[in-house]
Amino acid sequence: MINNNFRIQITAYNTIVRKEVLRFSRIWKQTLIPPVITNILYFIIFGNLIGERIGQIESFSYTDFIFPGLLLMSVITHSYTNTVSSLYISKYHRYIEELLVSPIQNYTILAGFITGGVIRGLSVGVVVIIAAQFFVTFTVHNLFLMMIVIILSSTLFSMCGFLNGLFASDWDDINVIPTFIMTPLTYLGGIFFSISMLPGIWQDIALINPILYLINALRFSMLGITDVSIAIAFLIILLFNIVLAALCIYFLKIGKGLRT
Amino acid sequence: MDSSALVINNLTKTYSNGHKALHGIDLEIQHGDFFALLGPNGAGKSTTIGIITSLIKKTSGDISIYGIDIDKNFVKAKTYIGLVPQEINFNTFEPISEIITNQAGYYGLSRKIAIPESEKLLKKLGLWEKRDQFSRNLSGGMQRRLMVARALIHQPKLLILDEPTAGADVEVRRLMWDYLKLLNDNGTTIILTTHYLEEAENLCKNIAIIDDGKILENSSMKNFLGQLKNEKFILYTENLISEDFSLDNKYFKVLDENTIEVSVSTESNINFLIQELSSQGIKVKSLKNKTSRLEELFMRLVDKNDK
Repeated sequence: MINNNFRIQITAYNTIVRKEVLRFSRIWKQTLIPPVITNILYFIIFGNLIGERIGQIESFSYTDFIFPGLLLMSVITHSYTNTVSSLYISKYHRYIEELLVSPIQNYTILAGFITGGVIRGLSVGVVVIIAAQFFVTFTVHNLFLMMIVIILSSTLFSMCGFLNGLFASDWDDINVIPTFIMTPLTYLGGIFFSISMLPGIWQDIALINPILYLINALRFSMLGITDVSIAIAFLIILLFNIVLAALCIYFLKIGKGLRT
Repeated sequence: MDSSALVINNLTKTYSNGHKALHGIDLEIQHGDFFALLGPNGAGKSTTIGIITSLIKKTSGDISIYGIDIDKNFVKAKTYIGLVPQEINFNTFEPISEIITNQAGYYGLSRKIAIPESEKLLKKLGLWEKRDQFSRNLSGGMQRRLMVARALIHQPKLLILDEPTAGADVEVRRLMWDYLKLLNDNGTTIILTTHYLEEAENLCKNIAIIDDGKILENSSMKNFLGQLKNEKFILYTENLISEDFSLDNKYFKVLDENTIEVSVSTESNINFLIQELSSQGIKVKSLKNKTSRLEELFMRLVDKNDK
């Protein structure tokens, strides 16, 4: 039975992932192209036009300095969007019931959706990196660290999207968190600046923002510079991943937003 | 194998708004049965089905599918069930073949197995030619058939159909009936809820009537229909019915000069009625049962419960 259950869960997981990947691939003009356009605009406006006046930050050009943050912003935004929209649409059209009536465990459902979100995030990351080749000097300080940071950040925001999807009861609900929480935290998380550039108290306030740690971890893995301790950054990323996974499983277990 | 396909013990459901949808129902359905679960709107049919399929959380009670307690081993229990829900619930942006193979995947069937199986099913249900189309492009009848195909891809032992022919035209309904009969003949246990009582009467061997969250009747279809003491027939006559027409010991009503309605005891023989009319020089051209027998009994039970 354990083997049979394992086989069911593995096949179901593969099916959910395949379905998720096909879903965003079919609409690639909506899912993969917009982040390329947005990032090219950032590179031109903030990097080339404004960046030239700012000069270098810690021996890197301003465009190179902001690139890790922009890359991370694209990855996490799209991981989040993929999961929240996929889950909410499946609730709205009720085809989530296909999963709910089948012998799939909660952790398989979660893993399937999260993997879908991560693959979308990574796909966006790859196209952004390709587009960036024309504007930045692409450097990698530690490739392994870079991959780990991107994957864990993507997982984290996929889970945020999943939770949002569970709680969402109308279309407005899936835009509230990205608009009012994620975007401000991302912009204030040090994409465009080093916190050493902030005056006194604002440096302490900036340290409360969890996205600051993600951006700095990625910036360290790419450029070798950071405003915060990498060990603390990793601890925070891991801690948030564990807490969110536990929350997702808990809400799936009680059937929040899915079962009556 | 356990001879009971489904056993429900003392099942209750109280929704968060305080509405008590099920008041401790008990039900046992044998393997191979074609079982009708009937009741008016809001009686508790869909709640019961929702709990069996885990779309709704029960308040208390026990359910086992082929001897497997759904609380103890839901993975195994669910592999036995196929559900055709009341409302169309596809991903409308997915091709039909994908809908079926994905569903197979959720039950642990690899694509290698699922693809040929879905081909067989789609061909049987007349959907093969449409396999690459999106489900939103299908007619209502085809969508209903697709729901059946999706529920059958993992070859469930217990198929639950929640109003599978709602809104379908006569042709689709008949096609569906034939297919369900075939499935049942081949050993699939079927639970059917429907508002078309004629459908239940034609297809089902056993019946339960639920109202207000309680089981009012649970017996074989034959025994249940046997409770009917009288049946009303409409008779169409060749010749005109005179004003002084009468029938001995029978309730009758002249509807027009060529049509009479007669109430006949289920224990008596309709030949006697024809003979009596014939002796009065009235030739019967055709006749029909005024109401479905099941409908008559159903209404009586539900009305009695309402009072």
